[in-house]
Amino acid sequence: MQPSHLLTILIFLPLVGAAALLVLGGEDRTWIRWSALTVALAEFAVSLLLVRGFTASTAAYQFEEFRAWIPSPPIHYHVGVDGISLFLVLLTTFLTPIAMLASWKSIHNRTQGFYITLLILEAGIVGVFVSLDLFLFFLFWEAMLIPMYFLIGVWGHERRIYAALKFILYTMLGSILMFVAMIWLYELTGSFDLPRIQQMLTTGQISLRLTTELLLFGAFFLAFAIKVPLFPLHTWLPDAHTEAPTAGSVLLAGVLLKMGTYGMVRFCVPLFPEAAHRAAPYVAALAIIGIIYGALVAMVQTDLKRLVAYSSVSHLGFVVLGIFAFTPTALQGALYQMINHGVSTGALFVLVGTLYDRRHTHQIHEFGGLATPMPVLAGLFLFVSFSSAGLPMLNGFVGEFLILAGTFERHTAWASYAAVGVILSAVYLLWAYQRVFFGGVTQEKNRALPDADRRERVVLFAMAAVILWMGIGSVAFTRRTEASARNVLELMHRPQAYNARAGYASTWVSRAVPKNISRAASSAPVSRLPAAAVDPLTTGAR
Amino acid sequence: MFPARDDLLRLAPEFVLCISGMVLMLVEPFLTRGRRSVLASLATLGLLQVDGFSLFIHAIVGFVALLVVLGSPDYLEREDLQHGEYYALVLFATAGMGIMSSAAELVTAFIGLEMSSISTYILAGYRRDAPRSNESAMKYFLLGSFATAFFLYGVALVYGATGTTELTHMTLTALPEARTLFKVGLALIFVGLAFKVAAAPFQLWTPDVYEGAPTPVTALMSAGPKAAAFALLLRILASVSGAASFWFWALWISAVLTMFVGNLSAVVQTNVKRMLAYSSIAHAGYILVALAAAAATDQMALGIAAVLYYLAVYALMKLGAFMMVSQLGGEAERHLELDDFYGLASRQPVAAACFSLFLLSLLGLPVTAGFVGKFYIFDSALASHLVWLAVLVALNSVIGSFYYLRVIVVMYMREPHQDWLPARMSWAVTVVLLVAAAGTLYLGLFPARVLGFAAQAAQSLPFH
Repeated sequence: MQPSHLLTILIFLPLVGAAALLVLGGEDRTWIRWSALTVALAEFAVSLLLVRGFTASTAAYQFEEFRAWIPSPPIHYHVGVDGISLFLVLLTTFLTPIAMLASWKSIHNRTQGFYITLLILEAGIVGVFVSLDLFLFFLFWEAMLIPMYFLIGVWGHERRIYAALKFILYTMLGSILMFVAMIWLYELTGSFDLPRIQQMLTTGQISLRLTTELLLFGAFFLAFAIKVPLFPLHTWLPDAHTEAPTAGSVLLAGVLLKMGTYGMVRFCVPLFPEAAHRAAPYVAALAIIGIIYGALVAMVQTDLKRLVAYSSVSHLGFVVLGIFAFTPTALQGALYQMINHGVSTGALFVLVGTLYDRRHTHQIHEFGGLATPMPVLAGLFLFVSFSSAGLPMLNGFVGEFLILAGTFERHTAWASYAAVGVILSAVYLLWAYQRVFFGGVTQEKNRALPDADRRERVVLFAMAAVILWMGIGSVAFTRRTEASARNVLELMHRPQAYNARAGYASTWVSRAVPKNISRAASSAPVSRLPAAAVDPLTTGAR
Repeated sequence: MFPARDDLLRLAPEFVLCISGMVLMLVEPFLTRGRRSVLASLATLGLLQVDGFSLFIHAIVGFVALLVVLGSPDYLEREDLQHGEYYALVLFATAGMGIMSSAAELVTAFIGLEMSSISTYILAGYRRDAPRSNESAMKYFLLGSFATAFFLYGVALVYGATGTTELTHMTLTALPEARTLFKVGLALIFVGLAFKVAAAPFQLWTPDVYEGAPTPVTALMSAGPKAAAFALLLRILASVSGAASFWFWALWISAVLTMFVGNLSAVVQTNVKRMLAYSSIAHAGYILVALAAAAATDQMALGIAAVLYYLAVYALMKLGAFMMVSQLGGEAERHLELDDFYGLASRQPVAAACFSLFLLSLLGLPVTAGFVGKFYIFDSALASHLVWLAVLVALNSVIGSFYYLRVIVVMYMREPHQDWLPARMSWAVTVVLLVAAAGTLYLGLFPARVLGFAAQAAQSLPFH
């Protein structure tokens, strides 16, 4: 049997570390930094055990733990991972020590608080990815807002308070409606347990009326779409990213945004397939707009960090598109791209952070010709830019290729529009790179800038290694996500027809529908058309 | 005619409270100035115990009074106020609230209401030298008297319509106007109690009264009488046939108005105490949502349990927040503007952390009691199919987050002023704050036990 407390350890280890730091921490900054880093590395080591014990062939949840928590309403401490969440957990535990190292020297005030906040944040994010109880999920989802809020608000740049408030208000608006939807779902199913609800819905033991399903889907989707962020809900993101300290940006872009796409894969699509089918064309349209719009806006940024932030809008558009194409290949690609984006964009933020540490500015025109004083950093920056732009052999290529190929199978037009984004991403990244690193040194004070020191090299080479490995050894990842990805799509097929108009006007739900009613329902069925038939984009293309 | 022993025992808490109050008044003149804080310890005697629904409310009210009494000596010392009367009044008010929560008959309820009201009128004006405190007492007294008059008139009409004031036995008499009389009576009773819980549109007095009253009294007022008045509302709702359906829309509309008025007005406040006063209004709105949920269905117990749980949660966090403000406010409560909280976290980290905890709980973020409380409100509303009401609560939570977070911003993300003096924290106040903070966390993480009590309490009501 697998060691089943692994996930609990993963959630609580950072919390224990944070508590210890709170009690033991003193004035000695070096000591605090090193102990926090030790905790984060230990956490990473523990998470590697997950991969070792993970069985790739099944879509079932693994390392499950199930404990009663609140008897009425029945809420459980239920955690587990499958192929979808496994690598997201790893990404979190990998990026946290990176984030710590990236902000190693740039945090001067309240160092102790900074590292405690980072550790609490890590625990919260891991909790989000492993929770299998809706209540527990929401608890972590909402609780991790607070450390992020402090991270931006206390240790951020000039406009940090505005950015922090915008971040938290935006997110809260979506998530509180999701909370209402969760409780509604509980009223309908009598359970907060995700696998149980999923089973009830899939087997047709309970079927939702279409209106209900659409509303529930909408509430969940809104929360996740804000988090992703999907165009036009993205406006909090550039501010939050730009104003956050490097560690905050790394984690925000690296993992927090993934919570949105993860939620879509875990909740929106398998729980509410009919609504998801109906929404797919519109979601895809928004995703494609996001891809192109994000890229275009990134192109005209004068602030390097803002440029990277907008590139996230564009890249996450790909992920959403991959999810809502509903093909196994595209979904696999989306899952892969989530990890990619975490590593690549995380690395970009680290790089931007190293420039900021040297010059205290993000303005592109302040730089120029930096390849001369700092060749190593320039090389790494180029490498990461290539990865982000999707150059073959590197990780970005695999994800984008899978998404586009998978989408193309079913929606030719969607894939063609999205492909424009790939080209645009090369444009804005390379153009920015050229302006920052190539040519002669334009500003005198840039001439003597030091190249990457040992700490920065460790961080960046580690990330570069992962980027390269994910580019050439992608099977190690896709092998483990495949079963779960297929499972998500299988869950979308419900055996019973939707009895949307079967005369349950007074209630939102019908339990154990008798045969004749379900026949009546299928005589007036909610047509599950192939999504392409109602797709504004494809019909336009034909 | 002499009551049986068991019956006397059930009245014990009220007896103890009243007698302790009187003893306090008698003892006070004989004590020297320096020893007056002894009175506080005398006042803490005998605040807790009794039975079912009223037991739960008694527990809340008693606990609130206990913490307020513990937290007051410091304040009274600082503001140079009389000790003895203060504690006696707190005890009388508490006794009144206890009677309100267990009254099975409207005239008894009225006596309880008056006892608690009159005591709090005086307490609100306890800082005699401060014009604001006088204004507060005056306003509270005038408007409060109106409200009790409404209540009493309502009781009279209901009596006329039914021929009884006992809640469980109310049936319409043969009079042709009985139905109308009964409805008007119920409406007036609702108005009277809505005033007491600060529900819109009867909330106008709240901010001024809360702001002007001595802060420990504000803590008491915002937690205690509110719980007692809600208890009475619940009892009428559950016991009087026809009340629930008649009140439903009134509750619905009042809930929505209260939430929006409270939250939107709180957003523009710069005085923290006043902001908390508006937030009290908003929270009354949340509780009214659960009350509407209870009125809407046959599963009344679920809604009532949600109200009871939220009352407990609310009492803890609000008490904590006001006590914190009372300490940080400094002499004559001069330092209550948002500006005065600048950089508190770097000067007094523990105080800032505690205050943030209370604020986050008021905001309803996870791990805190406020989150679980709000969860049960959502739960009861959705169980009664009040989806829109639940959505409105959700929207209000977002509006609310804005002003709670602003205080946290100021404490953690701004630099402190130069001329800033640390607020003194005596051990008693520290205990109060830590108990409130621990309770807020406990009810947020392990709600099962208290919720069990709340559910039992709700079941124990005599449903019609």
